[in-house]
Order: sequence, then C-alpha cells, then structure tokens
Amino acid sequence: MKRLNISRNTRSNFATYAMVIIVFLVLQILGQGGMLSSTLKGQLVPICAYVVMALSLNLTVGVLGELSLGHAGFMSVGAFAGTVAAVSLQASIPSAGVRLLVALIVGAACAALAGFLIGIPVLRLNGDYLAIVTLAFGEIIKSIVNNLYIGMDGGGLHARFLNNTMTLGEGGRMILNGPMGIPGITKISTFTAGFLLILVALFIIFNLVNSRSGRAIMAVRDNRIAAESVGISITKYKMMAFVISAALAGAAGALFAQGQTTVIATKFDFNTSILILVFVVLGGLGRMWGSIIAAAALTILPEALRQFSEYRMLVYAIVLILVMLATNNPQIRGFFTRLSKWIKDLLLLRFRAARKLAGETDQKGGGEQ
Amino acid sequence: MSFLNHLINGISLGSVYAIIALGYTMVYGIAKMLNFAHGDVIMVGAYVCFFASSSFGLPPILGVILAMVVCTVLGVVIERLAYKPLRQATSLAVLITAIGMSYFLQNAAQLLWTSNPKIFPTFFSFGGQTGVSLFDGGLNISYAALVTIIVCIVIMVALTLFTSKTKMGKAMRACSEDKAAAQLMGINVNTTISMTFAIGSCLAAVAGVLLCSAYPTLQPTTGSMPGIKAFTAAVFGGIGSIPGALVGGLLLGIIEILAKAYISTQLSDAIVFAVLIIVLLVKPAGLLGKMIREKV
Repeated sequence: MKRLNISRNTRSNFATYAMVIIVFLVLQILGQGGMLSSTLKGQLVPICAYVVMALSLNLTVGVLGELSLGHAGFMSVGAFAGTVAAVSLQASIPSAGVRLLVALIVGAACAALAGFLIGIPVLRLNGDYLAIVTLAFGEIIKSIVNNLYIGMDGGGLHARFLNNTMTLGEGGRMILNGPMGIPGITKISTFTAGFLLILVALFIIFNLVNSRSGRAIMAVRDNRIAAESVGISITKYKMMAFVISAALAGAAGALFAQGQTTVIATKFDFNTSILILVFVVLGGLGRMWGSIIAAAALTILPEALRQFSEYRMLVYAIVLILVMLATNNPQIRGFFTRLSKWIKDLLLLRFRAARKLAGETDQKGGGEQ
Repeated sequence: MSFLNHLINGISLGSVYAIIALGYTMVYGIAKMLNFAHGDVIMVGAYVCFFASSSFGLPPILGVILAMVVCTVLGVVIERLAYKPLRQATSLAVLITAIGMSYFLQNAAQLLWTSNPKIFPTFFSFGGQTGVSLFDGGLNISYAALVTIIVCIVIMVALTLFTSKTKMGKAMRACSEDKAAAQLMGINVNTTISMTFAIGSCLAAVAGVLLCSAYPTLQPTTGSMPGIKAFTAAVFGGIGSIPGALVGGLLLGIIEILAKAYISTQLSDAIVFAVLIIVLLVKPAGLLGKMIREKV
C-alpha cells in the first residue's frame, strides 16, 4: 500500500486532536453511566481551563521561547472581564450557552488588549529580565483588580478604583466588589464548552505554528540576531505570539470563573502562574499534547493524593522534584533511554517474529487458493 | 519628622531585603539559577530561632547562631540533593526544581509547625524599651530597625572583603566569570558553588530573624513574599552584583514604605513593581548590572 505522505508534525497534531476527542467521549460516556466520582466531575471545568492555560503558556515559553512568570495575570483579566460581561448580560441574554460564548470572547479580547499593552515594554527585554517583568505585571494586575469596584444599574456599568464611593440607581447591584471579588456567579461553564475551547486553542496554536508567522516566531526563538538579519521583524512576531497567548489565557480565565461560585483577585497570583509553568515544563516545551496531559494529571493529582491527607502537598512537591531530576539528569535519563530502547527491542523482536509467522501462514493460504 | 520616621523604617526594611537579595544574587552570579527556595529558607531560619528561644529558652544570640547553622546545612543539602544533579540541565528545569523545593519546604513547615501564626518574641529591647524616642517623640526609632541597619552594613562590608581578599572569594568570582577556565586554574567548582549556597542560606537565617523582629507574625508562608520582593530587589540593582543587591534592596524598601505612607496601602506592592519595570526599561540590566552586548 502506498503510504500517505503526511509530515510527522501533522501526524502528531492529529494525534493530539484525536487524544482530546477520545478522552472527552470516554469521560462523557462514563459521566452518562454515572461512573465518575463527584469530585472528578467538579474538577472537569477547572481541568479544561488549566489545559487551555498550559497550551497558551506553552505558546509563550515553548514556541516564542520567553519565560513568563505572570501568566495568571491574563487569566485574571479574562476571568473578571468575562464574568462582569456574563453577569451584566444575564437579563438580556437568557441562553446560558450564548452568554458563556460572549463571556469567553470578552475575556479573550480584554486579555489580548492587556497582553498588547504589557507586551510593548516587556518584549523589549530578554531572558530573566523579561521573566521578572512579567512577574511584576502579574502582581500589578492582581493589585489593580483587588481594588476595583464595578456596579451596574439602569444607566449601565459604573467603575471606581480604590474606594467604593458609587451610589447606584434604582435596581442597581455591585458586580465586582474589590477584595471580595465577584460573589454569586451562576455556573454556566460546562465540560463540553471546556472541551470545545481546548479544541479551538489547539486549532489556533497548531495553525499558527505551522504558518509562515509561526516559523518566523520560532526563528526568533532559536536565534534572534540571525532572524533579524534575514528581515524578520522581531517585535511584530514576538507581539503576535504574546497577544495570542494572552487572549487564550483570558478565554481560559473566563471559562474557569464561570465554573466557580466566587472569584477573587488573589486566586490568580504568582503561585498560579508558577503552577501553570510547571505544567508546561513537565509536559515538554513546545509539545502541546504534553501540556494537556501534564495539566490534567497535575490538577487531578492533589485530589488523587487525598488518602495521604495532610501529606499530599508534600508528596506533590517530592514527586515534582523527582520527576525533574529523572527527566533532566544525564545519568538517570541515560538509564531511562537504555531501558526504553531495551523494551522497544524486545517488542520489536516479538513483532518481527509474529510478522514472520503471519507471513508464512499468509503464503501458505495464498498457495492453497 | 514623620517623613524621617518613614525613611528610617524604609531603610530598615530595605536592609532586610538587601540581605535576602544577597543570597539570590550570589547564587545567580555563580550557578546562573533563580533559587526560588531561598525565601523559604528564611522562614525555616525564623522558625528555628523562634523555637530555640521560646521552647528551649536559649538566649536570642544563641538562637540566631543555631538558626544560621541549621540554614547553612539546609542550603548545602538542598544544593547537593536537588540542584547539583541538574548542573547540565536547562535553566528552566532547575527553576522548576527550585519551585518544587520551595513547595516542599513550605509544606514540611506546615506539617511540623502547623499553619497557625506564631508571634515572634521581641529580641531587641533594652531596659524595657523597644526603641529610642528623639525630639519629644517626634522621631521614634525602634532598636530592631537600628540593629537591622547595623547588621546589614556589617554583612555588606564583610562580604565585600571576603570576595575581594580571600582565596574562596576570589574562587567565587572566577567561577562566576567562567566556570571552565576556573576549573582549569585548579578551582573546585562544586565546592565553590556549595560554599555560595552556604553563605546565602546563612544570611537568609539572619534575614529571617530580622524580618520577624520587625513584622512578628511567623507562618509557613512568611518567606515567600519577602523572597519575591528581595528577588526583585536583586534584579533592580543588577542581578549578580553584590553592591547592586544593597542598592536595590534599600531602594525597594524605601519606595515600599513611602508608597504605603503617602500614596496607598493597598497599592504599595503595585507601585514597587511599577518602579521596577520602569528601571528595567531604562537600564535593562538593572542599576549596577553589567550590560553584556551580544555578538554575532
């Protein structure tokens, strides 16, 4: 048979789509059959949100090659913008699905705008300095949202900063209440919506990476000076990747917030940024399927470690260190490569033996016909 | 007068940041890694000192020395177990390992000492007074602030002499310039890196005690925010440079206290970070950092 001429990249991309779709279908069927525990069911939307966050950060860290330590800031912008949109449109858009879609789009748009504004100063820097500035912006966003008050009445939305001095008109209500966050959110995020968002994120990232722009972005990552010398505009392509990454993070934030009853600004702090970075690094830089698996596994892991009760976060930390040592130490890594090669050889031998056997029977069968 | 008060408080807080920032900057200069667990070593030091004085009734100075010993050992052990196997790995892998170490220390502290905040005892009181009052109460200087500033100056002088005069100090500078060349000159790079971690962690213990003397609530998460800010201070002054850590720490402390006093308490952190961003945009390698031009 003539083999289809599909590049390895494309095959890996399709495998990633397939993996996501299959896992979704399996979980859906299990959910219909009532075989999922209630804790796992409650975790499905956050898992989807974290998967999208990991994909989006992988675009910045893996594809663009710049370390961002403040990615939770964009998640925060998306979460609050999206939720304000969803809450204020509750009356005018009765359909939950449409409202969620509007929330996701508003969240993504606001985060993209924030990404653009932050990107102007940030992308002039390099390496560790860029990382520390993203950390600084993450903390600044947290402080700003923590002191922002948004209320709504017949005259539209009103916002105050630092002190809540607004007097709302008839039937008015506070939406965002400074450090108290947004309480009483109607949960409109569903697992299906999260799944679709993951697919959209994958679609955007894969198409970007395989496009002319994507190759330019990776050229900037691999050698900035060489890329510049062949006429690639560094600022433009860095900004493109950064803004897309921020927009995806914003959508993830909006999805996450619509699955919670309350969101507060301090949820999206430095620790959340780090958590997402851990997903990306453990999953492998630039490997989208790795990010998906790592984000899902590490979100479930603390729940799965419930039996260790108070030791679970300690175990989590130890597992994290051991995994990093195992995957990055040359000696241990060499051991694993040898082990996997040995297993592969063993399987290959069996496979060859089986094929040989099958071939012989085939020939026999052919001869009889 | 109140401005002077705030300024002294700012210098005192900045001195603590500077001492912590030294740990970051020295490790970064030599091992080229961001040691995120450094903030949690501070917390461990403060806890050791707390228990030494409250449970075992040791005098404060012995408590501080004990904390320094424990933290030094802890720092070297962390380096040996978690960072040394990753010497050849990418900086991102080391960063994540350091974050794992930070989680580990925080959660171990939570298990050992629970998350209930402990009230750190007042060490610096003479004759029942915790501070001096000048100009009819117009200017109050706490002894804790005075001690902090003096300790910071002593440490800075000692460390500058150490790196410029002693053999080990010179070895450290050589390693930060070029590890391979240093090795060829007969310097044991591994010992030098361990020594750097030992000094940094020892200073972290001092910083922990000083920090908790000024802000006496002690929790497993006490070290993380000062850790991040001291890291910012190190970058602010130019990471890898010892005078830079002092300048960065002091400026950060003063800006934070003044912003709290005159602009807004809630936004003080945001203002500190905004100043950092502006400084980095004007001087991308920090105030005293060396600009390395990339060559083609």
